[in-house]
Amino acid sequence: MKCQSCNQPATVHLTDVIHGKKREVHLCQKCAEKQEIIKHQELNLGAILQTVLGQHLGPMTDELSRLTCPTCGIKYMEFRSGGRLGCPQDYDVFKGALLPLLQRIHRAARHMGKIPVHAVRNAERQRELMDLRQKLRKAVDAEAYEDAARLRDLIKDKESTDEPG
Amino acid sequence: MNLDSLTQSNGEWLRGSGPEADIVISSRIRLARNLSSFPFSSRASTHQKAEIEQMLKDRLVKLEAESRLDYLPLPALTALDRQLLVERQLISRELANADGPRGVAVANQETVSVMVNEEDHLRLQAMRSGFALDEAWTDIDRLDDLLEERINYAFSEEFGYLTACPTNVGTGMRSSVMLHLPALVLTKQIEKVFRALQKINLAVRGLYGEGSRASGDFYQISNQVTLGKSEATILTEIREVIPQIISYERQARSTLTRESRQALHDRVNRAIGTLRSATMMTSEETMDLLSSVRLGVNMGLLEDTISIPTVNELFLQTQPAHLQKLMGASLDGEERNSARARYLRNRLREAGPNLN
Repeated sequence: MKCQSCNQPATVHLTDVIHGKKREVHLCQKCAEKQEIIKHQELNLGAILQTVLGQHLGPMTDELSRLTCPTCGIKYMEFRSGGRLGCPQDYDVFKGALLPLLQRIHRAARHMGKIPVHAVRNAERQRELMDLRQKLRKAVDAEAYEDAARLRDLIKDKESTDEPG
Repeated sequence: MNLDSLTQSNGEWLRGSGPEADIVISSRIRLARNLSSFPFSSRASTHQKAEIEQMLKDRLVKLEAESRLDYLPLPALTALDRQLLVERQLISRELANADGPRGVAVANQETVSVMVNEEDHLRLQAMRSGFALDEAWTDIDRLDDLLEERINYAFSEEFGYLTACPTNVGTGMRSSVMLHLPALVLTKQIEKVFRALQKINLAVRGLYGEGSRASGDFYQISNQVTLGKSEATILTEIREVIPQIISYERQARSTLTRESRQALHDRVNRAIGTLRSATMMTSEETMDLLSSVRLGVNMGLLEDTISIPTVNELFLQTQPAHLQKLMGASLDGEERNSARARYLRNRLREAGPNLN
């Protein structure tokens, strides 16, 4: 079998099934490396995931391309190219883009499984804790130890009200 | 935990017992969990990862679980020891090769392992020998409950357990069953099984996660969907399909006995003959030959010369890191092939000389 891009013998064969339709890709080592599907003779799962995610995510809009998570700083663009989210809040921040993606991956967009008894379920609360931790980090870096101590106690307080014991 | 002592035993998943153990090697369930107030691992600074590790390690070793967990920080281990843990399926290749603060907590019998700072902050895993998903679920569910009393998981009512990759969100659960399917491979029916499984959204992978051509004819079947279904539903879907695959494999074995008994007998005897006399042996060839031997034992073609737990043990002991641990030396590729062949010759000689 020949490579789809250059007519050399194809050594990399990928098959994926999207909406019940099978799609095959046949490439030679060189072209596969060029397309970053494989790296150093090894399968690059990141790149494969990205192709798959890319197909699922649909077209990029201006609005989406400007989205950035205020908590962890990840840009929607970075998620799109890397395939990994930056923090739990991203599910909120990128919700509009994630909903159709989840629908395509899981054919569902709502959790039906186990619910943790004690976890903080309020997203507001989670964000607050993360912000406090970041401030604490900065205070320590700036050697503002009084602020740091105050922040540390605040975090402890907030956490302990969530924990049963 | 003494890693060197690990090489002396088989661990849980290759124990070779449990329901349908001639075909079902092991059942495994993993849960992905994250802390609510930290960025996911890929965006966490080294300092944050150290903080996460410290906090989780602290909770893990103090858990009042049935079996105590030992925590191993990966940066403190040699590359060989990390590889050993990969071969025993206690950690992923990704965790072994990553950077920064990370580790694994392992229970004594290796039935439970918890990776820290993998793609998600926590990857809990329960393993059982044979077809025993329910038992694995009981273990992992309980561990998850215990941890959750002390840790604030990232969770939303809408999307469930929040994970770094949206393919794991919801239950965060990947449940898989590892099967030995040599007769379906020999009768060229394995592709048909794959296609059927893909249609119902189940994934098929090789022993160490490789693609279509699985070494040793070991295949892992797992769920892909994690959102919109309960854990019980996901487990039922897998639990229902496995007996069908087992019965296909048994049918294929009967077909082989009926239609090509001679050829099968020859294949099995050649396999054990080669293993007993070769002087150079790659890990790939070993897996293929041991697969034929395993089939032979299960079909009663090798009398009492060798037991299934022994064959299982050889699969593991001949992996590169295990072999080097056993030999007590670091060996390059050529040296490994020669050491592997020597080890197999010795082990199979003690297993009994009489073959027809």
